[in-house]
Amino acid sequence: MTLKHLLSAGDLDRDTAIAILDIAEEMAGVNSRDIKKLPTLRGKTVVNLFFEDSTRTRISFELAEKRLSADVINFAAKGSSVSKGESLKDTAQTLEAMGTDAVVIRHSASGAAQVLAHSGWINGAIINAGDGTHEHPTQALLDAFTMRRRLHGAASHGKGLDGVKVVIVGDILHSRVARSNLLLLNTLGAEVHMVAPPTLFPVNTSNWNASFHYDFDTALTSVKPDAVMMLRVQGERMNASYFPTEREYSRMWGLNGDRLGLLGESTLIMHPGPMNRGLEISSVAADHKNSTVLEQVANGVSIRMAVLYHLLSGERNHQDD
Amino acid sequence: MSTRTVLTSGDIDRAITRIAHEIVESNHGTKNLILLGIPTRGVLLANRIGQVIQRHYPEFDAVAATGRLDITMYRDDLAKHPTRSVGETAIPAAGIENAVVVLIDDVLYSGRTIRAALDALNDLGRPSVVRLAVLVDRGHRELPIRADFVGKNLPTSRDERINVQLTENDGETSVVIES
Repeated sequence: MTLKHLLSAGDLDRDTAIAILDIAEEMAGVNSRDIKKLPTLRGKTVVNLFFEDSTRTRISFELAEKRLSADVINFAAKGSSVSKGESLKDTAQTLEAMGTDAVVIRHSASGAAQVLAHSGWINGAIINAGDGTHEHPTQALLDAFTMRRRLHGAASHGKGLDGVKVVIVGDILHSRVARSNLLLLNTLGAEVHMVAPPTLFPVNTSNWNASFHYDFDTALTSVKPDAVMMLRVQGERMNASYFPTEREYSRMWGLNGDRLGLLGESTLIMHPGPMNRGLEISSVAADHKNSTVLEQVANGVSIRMAVLYHLLSGERNHQDD
Repeated sequence: MSTRTVLTSGDIDRAITRIAHEIVESNHGTKNLILLGIPTRGVLLANRIGQVIQRHYPEFDAVAATGRLDITMYRDDLAKHPTRSVGETAIPAAGIENAVVVLIDDVLYSGRTIRAALDALNDLGRPSVVRLAVLVDRGHRELPIRADFVGKNLPTSRDERINVQLTENDGETSVVIES
């Protein structure tokens, strides 16, 4: 299956997801050699449309685009006509008029990428780089890629994550990373557990294929996970008190030194970044030998190259849709 | 559609043996020699050629000197087809810097694959010499590229299809023309 856009991790069927992970494996090879450049997207223009602050995702996408030889335009809402009140529609139509082949969008509104893809304002491929509290599919792909590489090593080609147990901990309510990861991990055959204070679970999780726990310690001892994924407490999206104090959160749901002892010898410690050290993750966990935080960043470039290759390299018919 | 076998398993074995010797002859030995197969069948041919060389020149370590070079991302027709899957690239650990690289493919046709392979090599290092070995040269070149070592020249028409089958991949070894 060839996708036109990447809006949700749920768009990926198992074969497509594994194909992207396999391409990323080759891209990682490119990223480790002296000349980190492929001519694949020469002549294509990609716009990074960032309405929300970002360090790693934006740089990661920019690096991926440049390594594939695409022409890159970076657009940050601050300092653009958006601050003069220009709408998403007018911004998109302006980009379309200038002829862009793909738009990578990060927006604080859930569904912004969906709107852009199906509005007809723009013809190019749309890649969702995070929309509000909804989805962040490339993060899920890079997390899966990181787990697959750590668990299967050189033999990862063609493999999924069947039977891998993943515990996702923290601010599930506001986390697009958790939503995308849940969908992709389900597709790849992993077993997903979620741990959070009751206030940080969404109201209705009945159609989520995961187990839910309130107590971190019991979850760790009963599940014996292969990977623990800590989520950032998203202070900027919290408009109410979801937990009494940061100290209490850290004590109950943070990955501190004591809880490290409950993890297996090789349980992966993952965090999408940016980390609140001392809140959801302690420094001893963040800098642990099983921590994949920096690997996730490095793998992000490979995954984004693979996604761009998948969406942009083939024949595209701009008449359809 | 009619099919005609032009090379049998024995013919292919003899061609591979001859190419292996020609490679060593033109290199005056096996020093600095690296064999890079182009997926899919070029890789299998590279392995077979490497084994023949090692059999006659024990100082040649076929496993360490044989690799694979995927050229998908260097193709000039990516935008004309649906997205292609990407093959695996594995370059011998010693690298290709100042090496004598022999590119190996099954069929030489337009020459565009080899053009892409040369571009890919360029991004991996600077070999001292690059040579090309193919099992079948069927003509119809679109670029000024020629093979140094050829198993068999097969003049064909553009409408014909050449199928190279190798046991490792296809269960039998033969070269068949379909027309």
